[in-house]
Amino acid sequence: MTNRWSRVLKTPVGIAGVGLLTLVLLLAVFAPILWGDKANAVDTDNLLAGPSADHWLGTDNLGRDLFYRVLVATRLSVSLALLATALGTVVGVLLGTAPLLLGRRAGRLVTALVNLLVAFPGLLLVLFFAVVFGVGAKGAVLAIGLAGAPAFARLCQTLVAGVAELEYVAAARIAGVGRFRILLRHVLPNVAEPLVVNVTISAGGVLLSFAGLSFLGLGVQPPSYDWGRLMQDGLAGIYTHPLAALAPGIMVIVAGLAFNLTGEAVAGAFGMSAVTRFGQALQVDTGETPASDLRHDADADRDLVLDVRDLRVSFPGAAGPVHPVRGVSFGVAAGEAVGVVGESGSGKSLTALSIARLVEEPGLVDARHLTFCGTDLLAESDTDQLLGTSLAVVFQDPMTSFNPAMRIGAQLAEVGRHHQGLDRKEASDRAVDRLRAVRVREPERRARQYPFEFSGGMRQRAMIGMGLMGSPRLIIADEPTTALDVTVQSQVLALLQDVRREEGAALLLISHDVSVVSDVCDRVLVMYAGRIVEDLPTADLHTRAQHPYTRALVAAVPDMATALDAPLATIPGHPVDPAQMPVGCAYAARCPLATAVCREQDPALVADTSGRRVACWHAGEPIEMVTAEEATA
Amino acid sequence: MSELVFDHVTVRYGTSTVLDEVSLTVPDGEVVGLVGESGSGKSTLAKAAVGLTPVQGGRILLDGEPIRQRGRRRPVSMVFQDPFSSLDPRMTIGESIAEAIPERLSRADRRAEIVRLLELVHLDAGRVTQLPGQLSGGQRQRVALARALAGRPRLVIADEITSALDVSVQGAVLNLVREMQRELGLSLLFISHNLAVVRYVASQVAVLEGGRIVEHGPTADVLERPQHAYTRQLLAAIPGSNHTQTKENR
Repeated sequence: MTNRWSRVLKTPVGIAGVGLLTLVLLLAVFAPILWGDKANAVDTDNLLAGPSADHWLGTDNLGRDLFYRVLVATRLSVSLALLATALGTVVGVLLGTAPLLLGRRAGRLVTALVNLLVAFPGLLLVLFFAVVFGVGAKGAVLAIGLAGAPAFARLCQTLVAGVAELEYVAAARIAGVGRFRILLRHVLPNVAEPLVVNVTISAGGVLLSFAGLSFLGLGVQPPSYDWGRLMQDGLAGIYTHPLAALAPGIMVIVAGLAFNLTGEAVAGAFGMSAVTRFGQALQVDTGETPASDLRHDADADRDLVLDVRDLRVSFPGAAGPVHPVRGVSFGVAAGEAVGVVGESGSGKSLTALSIARLVEEPGLVDARHLTFCGTDLLAESDTDQLLGTSLAVVFQDPMTSFNPAMRIGAQLAEVGRHHQGLDRKEASDRAVDRLRAVRVREPERRARQYPFEFSGGMRQRAMIGMGLMGSPRLIIADEPTTALDVTVQSQVLALLQDVRREEGAALLLISHDVSVVSDVCDRVLVMYAGRIVEDLPTADLHTRAQHPYTRALVAAVPDMATALDAPLATIPGHPVDPAQMPVGCAYAARCPLATAVCREQDPALVADTSGRRVACWHAGEPIEMVTAEEATA
Repeated sequence: MSELVFDHVTVRYGTSTVLDEVSLTVPDGEVVGLVGESGSGKSTLAKAAVGLTPVQGGRILLDGEPIRQRGRRRPVSMVFQDPFSSLDPRMTIGESIAEAIPERLSRADRRAEIVRLLELVHLDAGRVTQLPGQLSGGQRQRVALARALAGRPRLVIADEITSALDVSVQGAVLNLVREMQRELGLSLLFISHNLAVVRYVASQVAVLEGGRIVEHGPTADVLERPQHAYTRQLLAAIPGSNHTQTKENR
């Protein structure tokens, strides 16, 4: 929180906005005290005079000094604007939170009312209310405040609805916490930030509206004066001495900018919490690389579709770059199915994304060697064509990987037109053919449907179908079945198997679920804290795993044969935070076999004669299972 | 703890019937597993029991009486799937749990009660002042469990409480659920799509398909001798089932 606010002051926009705002507010407070008398002093010798040494901006029709009047008017202009903003905010929040407090039926009425009001143009509302409440400062505050309320109510409603659906609100409701208390304790604090930002920005707009109303003679009435009033007074003489009208106008702009810039800076600071100072991202760590095994280099003679050596991904962090992937090396042979398992944060998804060149700024991908189908992905500048035709990627959430506004067939066809240079007809024929290939029934009809008309499993099929528009040599599937039901999951996994057989493509399957991987893959890479800790044939996973982490992962998952009388095996402690990578083996703190050497030196990934690799000082040593009572995960 | 009875419960959203005359009993002190795929109505059944969803037909009874869904003391509590959205990010662990304690306690008593609840779920009492952001997924789910127990409920509903957790943590939470059930004699409706998990914690299983219960019985019976085609389909779809068989044969 506090550092987000302090981050506001670190941007040029923030400095300018907050600086201007401070100046405006100081003027509002002190100008009337310091110069109130001067602003009202009548100088009958100088009526409607132009700028002079005595009167920098000239005088008005009673000979009062305009420079001081503009400064003194700050208080009334700003305070009326703030008052109107406050009114709009309060009414808006009341209307916006009413649906939550009033319950379903009455809430719907309020929502309908707000929707209706939002539809009216703001200016029309202002003029309407100004007429209703009468001419004068009070009427203008009510008019502008109430006219701003619907838009604010709508924003508030949307934000509140978002939070009100979250499970912690449901949990509080189940616990018998009252609606009003839920609103105060759970909802408002969690929507406060965007609301505050919006209020700040809208204050600038309100200031402008107010000046407009006063300028039209509907706002502040003499003898009081605000900037709008001064502008109107100065208008008559605009051709003889324009500064009389321009100066208050300039102040409106300055004050409006002050509010808007501050609001923008605050919004920016709150929105960019993920990205810290970018300069640090450029300092790529060139330090020592974890030892890559020699065995892997011997793989080079195999027919490798994908060859990854010493892959590293870094992100800028608060205290220097963070490395969620630290020196990953592996190869995938043609037609081979390789699984990658690990906990969340182990770097398994990032590894997949960096192969597909999908790691976004400010993430940096670096490797000693990264070739796909013999092409060096790091050296070639234009790899889009190769990746577009030979690599298929399937993501976890098939809903977000399709454009919801485009028909499925058209989205598949687009790939064909873009990457294979097919014409419209060929591309849509191929799309239908590919949908058939992924066992979508009635592919012609389905191709004309939109993503929302597909079930989760069907969308995942279509996604795989999209990958098959080209002739993929490798399919990367990142948790492809995690969002799916068991029955659909087994169908999608079977489909991946079929596709692999039919197309001869290799498969890189990323999953947190050891059992999914062991169903589909020939070989498993186990990742922990951004490194591969074990690489072994799937058949050996349950019986001959060497690394204590692999063994714990396998034992922690209950299957249909798990003994019911004993507690499940657990892994004590937490996964490592990539920003705080310990010295030595990253798993040492959780490992029952850890000794002094583990805490001092990170073991290298060493291959044995059969090609399995393991990174552990105590590989294969017997472990006594940790029970729940000892675990504090 | 006590017996929860769903008696011909029907829930409709507009024209679609989500629950179609579902009858299910969670006996006193037992864990009943509820399985089925998404859209089968599992979560709706849970929401109906805690009053988050209006019921169009049938009754939900706790020890023969309708469940009170107003006022401070609620007899049925619930633990949610996602430990990241089920705790208010701005409230400390202590505040979140305190909110669910219905009695007006003195400061010291309340503090003692929070510590008791945290100990129950094997969390350090020092966590009281921490925010959810400082906790891992598994720890948050423990806090959610402590909160669910704070109102001394007669029955707890657990809705997919392990499916958002890493496998390494899932085991610990399941162990905790079994321990709670043993030590507190908790009645529990345990909703999950994972049959292996249900097998591990539940003494009875009910299979829900398209808003109807298609099979219900003791866990071992249902999983070893499934009667309904849909149950068999679910069992066949479990990943790693090939492996399990080979292991048994060995």
